[in-house]
Amino acid sequence: MLIYEQSQPGRRAFAQAPKDKPALDGVPTELQRKAPPALPEVSEMQAVRHYTRLSRKNFSIDTEFYPLGSCTMKYNPRACNSLAMLPGLLSRHPYAPVTHSQGFLRCMHELQEMLKDVTGMREVSLVPAAGAQGEFTGVAMIRAYHDARGDAERSEIIVPDAAHGTNPATAVMCGYKVREIPTLDDGDVDIDALRAALGPHTAGIMLTNPSTVGVFERKITEIAGLVHDAGGLLYYDGANLNAILGKVRPGDMGFDVIHMNLHKTFSTPHGGGGPGAGPVGVSERLIPFLPIPMVGKDGDGYRWLTDKDCPQTIGKLSTFAGNAGVLLRAYVYARLLGREGMVRVAEYATLNANYLAKRLADAGFELAYPQRRATHEFIVTLKKQAKEQGVTAMDFAKRLLDYGFHAPTTYFPLLVPECFLIEPTETEALDALDGFVDAMIAINDEAHSNPETVKGAPHTLPVRRLDDVRAARELDLRWTA
Amino acid sequence: MPFIPHTEDDVRQMLATIGVDSIDDLFDEIPADLRAGELQHVPEGMSEMEVTALMHARAREDGQPLCFIGAGAYDHHIPAAVWQITTRGEYYSAYTPYQAEASQGTLQLLYEYQSMMTALMAMEVSNASLYDGASGLAEAVLMAVRANRKSKSRRILVPRTLHPAYRKTVQAIVGNQQIELVEVPFDAATGRTDLDALAAHTGEDCAAVVIPQPNFFGVLEDVDAMTDFAHANGMLAIAVVNPLLMAVLKPPGEWGDAAAGGADIACGEGQPLGAPLSSGGPYFGFMCSKQAFVRQMPGRIIGKTVDLEGKTGYALTLQAREQHIRRSKATSNICTNQGLLVTAATVHMALLGGEGLARVAAHCHANATHLVDRLTAIDGVDRLFSAPTFHEQVLRLAAPVADVLHSLAAHDVLGGYDLSDDYPELGNAVLVCATEMRGAADIDAYAQQLTRSMAEHAGNASPVASAFDQQSASN
Repeated sequence: MLIYEQSQPGRRAFAQAPKDKPALDGVPTELQRKAPPALPEVSEMQAVRHYTRLSRKNFSIDTEFYPLGSCTMKYNPRACNSLAMLPGLLSRHPYAPVTHSQGFLRCMHELQEMLKDVTGMREVSLVPAAGAQGEFTGVAMIRAYHDARGDAERSEIIVPDAAHGTNPATAVMCGYKVREIPTLDDGDVDIDALRAALGPHTAGIMLTNPSTVGVFERKITEIAGLVHDAGGLLYYDGANLNAILGKVRPGDMGFDVIHMNLHKTFSTPHGGGGPGAGPVGVSERLIPFLPIPMVGKDGDGYRWLTDKDCPQTIGKLSTFAGNAGVLLRAYVYARLLGREGMVRVAEYATLNANYLAKRLADAGFELAYPQRRATHEFIVTLKKQAKEQGVTAMDFAKRLLDYGFHAPTTYFPLLVPECFLIEPTETEALDALDGFVDAMIAINDEAHSNPETVKGAPHTLPVRRLDDVRAARELDLRWTA
Repeated sequence: MPFIPHTEDDVRQMLATIGVDSIDDLFDEIPADLRAGELQHVPEGMSEMEVTALMHARAREDGQPLCFIGAGAYDHHIPAAVWQITTRGEYYSAYTPYQAEASQGTLQLLYEYQSMMTALMAMEVSNASLYDGASGLAEAVLMAVRANRKSKSRRILVPRTLHPAYRKTVQAIVGNQQIELVEVPFDAATGRTDLDALAAHTGEDCAAVVIPQPNFFGVLEDVDAMTDFAHANGMLAIAVVNPLLMAVLKPPGEWGDAAAGGADIACGEGQPLGAPLSSGGPYFGFMCSKQAFVRQMPGRIIGKTVDLEGKTGYALTLQAREQHIRRSKATSNICTNQGLLVTAATVHMALLGGEGLARVAAHCHANATHLVDRLTAIDGVDRLFSAPTFHEQVLRLAAPVADVLHSLAAHDVLGGYDLSDDYPELGNAVLVCATEMRGAADIDAYAQQLTRSMAEHAGNASPVASAFDQQSASN
């Protein structure tokens, strides 16, 4: 039932608004609203009960194993939330003067320094609000770099076919054409295709390493050399940084610009789809173009760096300075982990993924890249089940929900048929992984003995499988009385 | 190990299953020369108790000043229930609702959010949020260029009264796509967009006009005239509004000649609906439009549908617009949005309702009016613009603004936003704001401090004037 369907005219949460409504002195009648907006009229308890009940219809990390590949759904420590929500931090106005900002700015500056260290980049700007905005920032800086050199011929960004959809979409937003290159059967980039694609039109390449197929790109040094020799720059999509945190640094691999997804690697919450934070790090040559404002340090004091300090900046990406509250959560997380904890993230994420991959392979599931070491994630292809039992990856995904597991990422990357991209993360215990394997085996048995059960799943959730076609054809995007 | 549950036995068993001797063996595909050494600039880990003490100390350092700055971020009361519900793990630690059946909580909530935002804006459709107000406007500009089939132009008319940070952000985001932002000046007496200057663009091919309400100065624009101008010239009207104030001000869907159906796109900063100031984010950008443009809209959209038993359910819809399906042909590269802030906004709007929001807005207006009355009674403090305002106003000081604000801050009063960098033509101008949270006692405290500060700085009307004064004195 919608909150609107519980609404009664004249009912209100009386404690939550001022006791009276002063007249709108001086506001011309023709600029005033005539009829009040159709918002729900409910009591405080009704609202609290409604949204508490709704929350129970969600799967979440706090309630279920959530091995959603490429999304790094690991435990979000509660201290990160409560400390970012200290009253003094919440009430700080974004335009508060430096005299009332030193505590906050110091946190941000220290976060910049820590992120520089773990990525091997020369400078970091924290302001991009999410991974996709970080990508935009990175490619816009590549463009600004070429423009500043008067190198106007470079019109293409190279993107592997396995890349996240945000990569090509971002390149287009920055005014570039996209050139796709294929991935080899072993998961590495096709170097011959890369050579053929490179040339005077190449502005850069966008790579994820470990790649979206869950393997480490072994020829990365050679790739970096080829791209740089052609006059292009290398962009690192940090979606999979959790796999290598403290183990290998993108800066050491030869990347010129990187975005990090702090809502993945630094465990800030995904929040049902945001807010994220997508800081960017750069090599020496891109420092002048970083987005503002950044946090600088003069002696013992901290201050914002603006376009006066950074005249070649690509500019501002949001009204203020990005998702500061998310950055504070990441800062707390980094302080809790410390340098020894950072490396453990990559180690145990990789241990869990390789264990899970091996257990599933032993149980008869087909790995997409069996000859390769898994990184923090790996791909299972269910094409045999789809062909022989007519049970697809989507059916498996929905049935997993009945078993109390969130489904892995399905049908991405697109080049592996009927695929599951599985990322257990470092915060899951052995028993959870074993439980997941048991569920996969049980569903596979069902696919043979009773395929309709799997195809009709889920059976135990608030709704059965939804009609997406109807949702798009008969658009109903809001409640109407 | 913090947040890692493995016992030594677990690790042994897992390595044996995999068939390797150590965790390090799992990294054997990474070339040895690339392996990182120990991190140099990350300190050792701390316990939760230690980090708690550290963060309390950092927060204390920044004090609890009395804040009269608005300028796009407003200090409102947020009901206790809002963030207690929002930070429930089921909302806080879930992801984008790709598995609809396991995400009905978030999906229904977003459908309710879309219903509330369209009601507040009097528009037909809403998306499920963008990053913030400024980047949301950039997306609205790109959307308008795609949606305006009558126009071949990539020019957008942007009033100088629009928030300067919005203008800069839009430029940074759309600048690489050959979109030209054409500035429309304001009337120096009223503080409103100059309608004659707007009319000078009559007959030109532009994709859209941006219409802020209130504008950055707190001044109420003639939104009807601006919307009618847009439609008369084949341009789309993009409203940029404070959503809270739409509880009492004419909403974008009702702007202009009713036959044209109001503004075409409405967007803005969602922060006043339940997001704390929090140093500027996370907030959320909202976006509504006419139904006809829904396929050009960026970001997630939730639709109502049925399951295979005919039961009502909610799902992401029109995904063919989005990057994970359309890749390079998507309407935007946006993926993650600001879901948690939208959760807060939805609970906030449900708790306050239309009447509650209207009361808050009316108190903001009353307090801002009282503030300006008190401050302009002080020598050397005057209202700058004559047009009606809401929520905040521009004052002209007979002293350098930066010096005055600095001296106020020394007494824990944040006196407003210094306009001299963004609008040097206004002289010593400061934008002041009072929300429902700044009552009479707070305003008294501000007036008292400003009286003191103005007396101290009297005669220093501007750097030019003070240099002149010094010269005369030495003669």
